[in-house]
Amino acid sequence: MLTEAAPSPATKADTGPMLEVRGLEAWYGESHVLHGIDFDVRAGEVVTLLGRNGAGKTTTLKSIMGVIGKRKGSVVLEGTETIGLPSRAIARLGMGYVPEERGIYASLSVEENLMLPPKVRDGGLSVEDIFTLFPNIKERLKSQGTKLSGGEQQMLAIGRILRTGAHFLLLDEPTEGLAPVIIDQIGATIRKLKQDGYTIILVEQNFRFAATVADRHYVVEQGKVIDMIPNDQLDANIDKLHGYLGV
Amino acid sequence: MFELLGIPPQALFGQVLLGLINGSFYAILSLGLAVIFGLLNIINFSHGAQYMMGAFVAWMCLTYLGINYWAALLLAPLIVGATGIAIERLLLKRIAHVDHLYGLLLTFGLALIIQGLFRNQYGSSGLPYQIPAELRGGVNLGFMFLPWYRGWVVVASLIVCLATWFLIEKTRLGAYLRAATENPTLTQAFGINVPLLVTLTYGFGVALAGFAGVLAAPIYSVNPNMGADLIIVVFAVVVIGGMGSILGAIVTGFSLGLIEGLTKVFYPEASATVIFIIMVLVLLVRPAGLFGRAA
Ligand SMILES: Nc1ncnc2c1ncn2[C@@H]1O[C@H](COP(=O)(O)OP(=O)(O)OP(=O)(O)O)[C@@H](O)[C@H]1O
Ligand SMILES: [Mg+2]
Repeated sequence: MLTEAAPSPATKADTGPMLEVRGLEAWYGESHVLHGIDFDVRAGEVVTLLGRNGAGKTTTLKSIMGVIGKRKGSVVLEGTETIGLPSRAIARLGMGYVPEERGIYASLSVEENLMLPPKVRDGGLSVEDIFTLFPNIKERLKSQGTKLSGGEQQMLAIGRILRTGAHFLLLDEPTEGLAPVIIDQIGATIRKLKQDGYTIILVEQNFRFAATVADRHYVVEQGKVIDMIPNDQLDANIDKLHGYLGV
Repeated sequence: MFELLGIPPQALFGQVLLGLINGSFYAILSLGLAVIFGLLNIINFSHGAQYMMGAFVAWMCLTYLGINYWAALLLAPLIVGATGIAIERLLLKRIAHVDHLYGLLLTFGLALIIQGLFRNQYGSSGLPYQIPAELRGGVNLGFMFLPWYRGWVVVASLIVCLATWFLIEKTRLGAYLRAATENPTLTQAFGINVPLLVTLTYGFGVALAGFAGVLAAPIYSVNPNMGADLIIVVFAVVVIGGMGSILGAIVTGFSLGLIEGLTKVFYPEASATVIFIIMVLVLLVRPAGLFGRAA
């Protein structure tokens, strides 16, 4: 393999993982929450972070996105070290973030919410494409953002980052609190995005849903990645996983 | 001549006009405070001093450089706004992470320093500023005499207030501002340069104060204390309207000016305190202000 040769950043980006997380630590004020997270994501993969409540999944996404007070370690995206960058610069590298609480702005209309994130590269979906994916949004463009239903807000939160040309997506529990038909719709969307070449980290509580979209699963516990299970070996490891998740 | 409730119409409409003029200043100044508070969470105590700077810059432009009123109307807000940008970058940014009370203290201290400097240099007796030639005189409307300049002040401040409202509520830049006000962390995570937005917003709010100062120069004498006297009333206006509401600041500013003017006609004894009485009532009934969202 080419990895034997000393790689330049560019060739490393071509051959190595798209995202490399090493020894990632994070703090909320004085409270030390991540204790050295390690994992990789290859281009075009959908990986999940599974784990119990409070394990540190959301904090891991926040640290990758740079929206946490203090973080340490290394997060390399396509050859660029991002640990010292402000979140706006990380976004400009093509990282799109859908936060756990969805982050729909009450002081913006649906349309303004959709159009808010600036384009970071070419190749984003057109507004028409987004309406095709999520027809509900089109009907409600003039409403206040937070007047949408939970499911519609989730679609808006996903739709608005697809417009920007971001190609690496961080989705924090996109199915949380949603009705089964909406969960199916979001599952179908994630599979379509994967087909179109997006790379995705998905945080999920619901590993049955995760199994329908993911290539690999990382298990997070107490601020560390403690295991990795490829999706095709999920059945063989189901008891172990139940143990991790306490279900 | 007909009379209304025993008040000659000349007196009534005269006071209504005066009220509208005061209301114009209340509106522009409280609008600037509201914009700044929305994004920076700082009560900008130097707002009155920055209004005074606007008047002084106009006076200096004319006296030292021969730059006329119309040019100063554009130039002074830019200059005062630029000093605001410097204040944000050099001072406010450094304390943005600590309690916002420090921002209030810092801007309060700045106001005292700025006023002190101008008092040292120019004394406190006030400097005259001529009404621009185009706006001297007035028109007799039958029921009252309307000096052109006073009419202009009301119209100009209405235009500036509505333009600001439009900028914030209807444009893409305004959407960035509203988004950053509501959730700065997420807005930054979308690739928007929130620190730059904060700097520009402070500069813009301060420029509004500077603009009001230029408008005021030909009406009131240009005086280092002109802002300190006015700003207390403006803070009361902001409390009544509710911090952070754009339309609320505009509507409350004009209405309270009007109410103050009418009080002068019908019950002059209360005219100096009516705004503060309303403030107390509003605080009791709706502490978030008439247009404010309860926290
Ligand atoms: N804003 C915060 N301030 C202080 N501590 C926090 C904050 N947010 C999270 N924590 C703590 O950090 C730890 C990890 O939280 P995190 O939100 O990353 O968990 P999670 O795996 O996403 O959980 P969940 O499945 O419930 O969303 C928890 O112990 C939590 O209490
Ligand atoms: Mg979480």
